[in-house]
Amino acid sequence: MSNYFFEVLRPGINTTFQDKGRFHMQHLGVTPGGCMDLDLFSIANALVGNISDEGVLEFAYQGPLLKLIKGRTKIAITGNVLFQIIKLDQEIINGKCNRTYVLDEGDQIDILATKQSAYGYMALEGGFDIKPFCKSVSILSRAQIGPNEGKKIKINDKINIKINNKNKKNFLTKISNNVKSTIRVLTGSQFHYFSKESQKDFFSKEYKISNLTDRMGMRLEGAVMKNIVNTNIRSEGIIKGAIQVPADGQPIILLTDYPTIGGYPKIANVTSVDYSLLIQKTPGEKISFKLIELHEAEQLYNEHLKSISEVIKNIKEIN
Amino acid sequence: MFKKLNNIGDCGIVCDFGDEVNQKINAGVIKLFHHVQQEVLKGNLNGILNYTPSYNKLIINFNLEKITSSKIIDFLKSVDFSKLNLSQNSKKWTIPVCYDFEMDLENMSKTLKINKDEIINIHLNTDFFVYMVGFIPGHPFMGDLNSKLFLNRLKTPRVKIPPGSVGIVEKFCNIYPYESPGGWNIIGRTPTKLFNAQNESSPCLLSPGDLVKFKSISKKEFEKLANE
Repeated sequence: MSNYFFEVLRPGINTTFQDKGRFHMQHLGVTPGGCMDLDLFSIANALVGNISDEGVLEFAYQGPLLKLIKGRTKIAITGNVLFQIIKLDQEIINGKCNRTYVLDEGDQIDILATKQSAYGYMALEGGFDIKPFCKSVSILSRAQIGPNEGKKIKINDKINIKINNKNKKNFLTKISNNVKSTIRVLTGSQFHYFSKESQKDFFSKEYKISNLTDRMGMRLEGAVMKNIVNTNIRSEGIIKGAIQVPADGQPIILLTDYPTIGGYPKIANVTSVDYSLLIQKTPGEKISFKLIELHEAEQLYNEHLKSISEVIKNIKEIN
Repeated sequence: MFKKLNNIGDCGIVCDFGDEVNQKINAGVIKLFHHVQQEVLKGNLNGILNYTPSYNKLIINFNLEKITSSKIIDFLKSVDFSKLNLSQNSKKWTIPVCYDFEMDLENMSKTLKINKDEIINIHLNTDFFVYMVGFIPGHPFMGDLNSKLFLNRLKTPRVKIPPGSVGIVEKFCNIYPYESPGGWNIIGRTPTKLFNAQNESSPCLLSPGDLVKFKSISKKEFEKLANE
């Protein structure tokens, strides 16, 4: 283990290590987890020159305040994030997202807030020195699985860094901001459980994102979905983005830390192409749903992946 | 053999074995689950991320970047169910349970009109089959209990149930791996860890398709095993 590390002076609201997720374990009740926004995750790693699935720090709303106690490192923050770098001599640099910064020993990084968005990411050149569990460093705090004893980052934690930075060159890229509020979906397995009128409402009325929203799910408030068959089903496996409707008729979108099985009827599923857009929405915002076909969803996702590759290809050195 | 194959979302497939819930149907689900799991672990179906059996369905999650749903559907259609074997992949377990930690036996005894010892005996003499594991890590849904013990969930779920608690609802028996809220009728507690995040090679004790029998232990034995 290296001797280079940060100390946590303020942990932030929900700061965890995450990567692509932990797979092949859903049949044991272990949800994949991983970064909520996999696009920003890939870009953050690419900026600092890491392999694509190196673990990063994910934060939500208010991020952490970290002090680099020992070593030098290069970081990149992705998302729409307000942050500052406080140099050892007290000079303050207002941070820009989607570019790298070199931190020297004694510097602090203060991640103040995510702006009009929920999640942001901090990647580190060479990565964090953390122990994977079943091939993933994603923390599932609900079940205390992953590094840091499966817990969220706390005050006074020590965050170890794998390598000491030697190359001071910085890099940046540009990401276009997607501000749409229409989320494209496919019909769910129990779409026919809902009345014709509710089906129509679901695709024509707005839903407000409630405060009861976290990594596991997003509760919505809006038109009540009238179930005309059965408000329970035999419990079945869940996929990310499933929109289930319990007996009260208010939809819940199951997100990255979803329960592995569930017994509520599902009216729709969020498409992969719009998942990152969805999870960056914050409580109080309004969204609406648009029904598309499977082949469109597949094609749109391929185009989306290409656009992320473009962002990564366009990473340029800052002169 | 499944009755229907459908896409769910753009990165999931459901193999639907019909509406009934019994061990025969579930055995079909589990055979397919074992087969898919083995093929994936052999590297034959790169891009499949998870395969989750439940009572009557197998849900497959995949990475849209690496594999197409049509390729998975072709594979599923080509499976020869007559060649799949259940028993070779199923393990047998004996799980110790201390019935002194029950929380609901008194009420159950009144509702069912069976005395407490008889309820315990029926539970001890049941050969349980693990239908599925999930919701939270390591949480098994096992059956089938004798119909004499069929009960509904508690009207008001408890806010906190200690880890290891053994509960029953309808023909099913569960074990709570973590302290959690819950509405099952609690008849005892096991010191056995169902999910151990320290044991990376095999963190989860039970897997779908396994067989379980319970063994009664005293409070003293419980404490001893719990401290091991």
